[in-house]
Amino acid sequence: MTAPQQSAKTTYLLRLGDTALVLSQRMSELCGKGPALEEDMAMANTALDLLGHARLWLSYAAEIEDAGRDEDALAYLRNDREFHNFLLVEQPNGNYADTMVREFFFDAWHTLALSRLMRSADERIAEIAAKSQKEVKYHLRRSGDLIVRMGDGTEQSHMLTQRAVNVLWPFTGEMFASDQVDRDMSSSGEGFDPSLLRDDWLEYIGKVFDVATLETPRPDAWMQTGGKQGLHTEHLGFLLAEMQVVHRAHPGAKW
Amino acid sequence: MVTAPLSNLVTIQPARPTSGVAYVRPTINDLWAWLEEVADPEIPVVSVTDLGIVRKVAWSEDGSDTAVVTVTPTYSGCPATDVIRQEIQRELLNRGVPHVELRVQLSPAWTTNWLTEAARQKLRAYGIAPPTEQASEHHSAMAASLRTLGQEWHTPSLTCPRCESTNTERISQFGSTPCKSLHRCLDCREPFDYFKCH
Repeated sequence: MTAPQQSAKTTYLLRLGDTALVLSQRMSELCGKGPALEEDMAMANTALDLLGHARLWLSYAAEIEDAGRDEDALAYLRNDREFHNFLLVEQPNGNYADTMVREFFFDAWHTLALSRLMRSADERIAEIAAKSQKEVKYHLRRSGDLIVRMGDGTEQSHMLTQRAVNVLWPFTGEMFASDQVDRDMSSSGEGFDPSLLRDDWLEYIGKVFDVATLETPRPDAWMQTGGKQGLHTEHLGFLLAEMQVVHRAHPGAKW
Repeated sequence: MVTAPLSNLVTIQPARPTSGVAYVRPTINDLWAWLEEVADPEIPVVSVTDLGIVRKVAWSEDGSDTAVVTVTPTYSGCPATDVIRQEIQRELLNRGVPHVELRVQLSPAWTTNWLTEAARQKLRAYGIAPPTEQASEHHSAMAASLRTLGQEWHTPSLTCPRCESTNTERISQFGSTPCKSLHRCLDCREPFDYFKCH
């Protein structure tokens, strides 16, 4: 592996790991605060799955990077500019419609992305993707169900869900945008071209929104980008501060 | 298949064989039999072998007296995973195995198809409905398209582990542990867990 290949692969794995980690942290914020006991458990379960995925991706990123860092160093000792997660997943929980629309947009992408990665030329990537895929299907089923229940629910829940869709929509484009890292990983057969997922994603979102009586925003709307390259919204810094404070205050502490 | 050694295990001192008694290396069957005694920390009626978590048991390739146990996680974030690894190590060391090495294997991904018949009966007796169906071996191919995902999403008809009624409904697809979902019997009105097909 040449140095540029190593660097592209590390970044690619960090994007997957950071996205899972940041969304897991967001969902964990709601642990014990769910609107119903079943929802609370579902949220915590989903957060736990994502944390498991983050550990698998970050451990592999650390191995490929080969710079003496491990999964913990990557999770707890990097600053916001060094995180490569999607902007979508760092958005605040807001009300429950904001939380679930964010998850639904991501879950649909995640399901498609992992089915591509399961065929990766890199055996380890394929294994992690296959393992995660089985769990992510539960996530998508739940978030899709809730979108229908809230969209096609009361006047209030419909209004809040549509508002969440409109507010979060500009953060979805980044999931399908390619840069040099994507192109390198795609041409080596280890990754995939994200633009290939867009049609399937739009079709699925549209179908669920139809049932949920929600309006799908225009696909050609202006989209925000930057998260994958380390340029984040103001929300990520606060999230990391909370997630990292114990580790930074007590370096090397063991449970 | 990629296996990785584990670095974060606690160090447990092996129980030394009584002095004067020559060490005899246990057979692989002995090791398996001992592992059958290691209970799942969340569902203590079933063992780690019942659940299909232990994929392989062997003596180290380098000829040393190191038992190499290959395990696979059930759900990737399941907090019981670390405890299970420690319990496996503790059990074998307590039986006098000089060294234990644990390896993690992700592929093929764990499935409830690996639950033994004994495990299913024990789960039922414990009040947890065991998985009723075979998990699709082709989940990978199916999930490649979101269009076909709905076909995997029917809720199986379950039998209440208490009164055996089949008149039940799902309350939530997530339960008290990652491997279970929550259901209710509409006849005896009792809620029950389902060890979901995965």
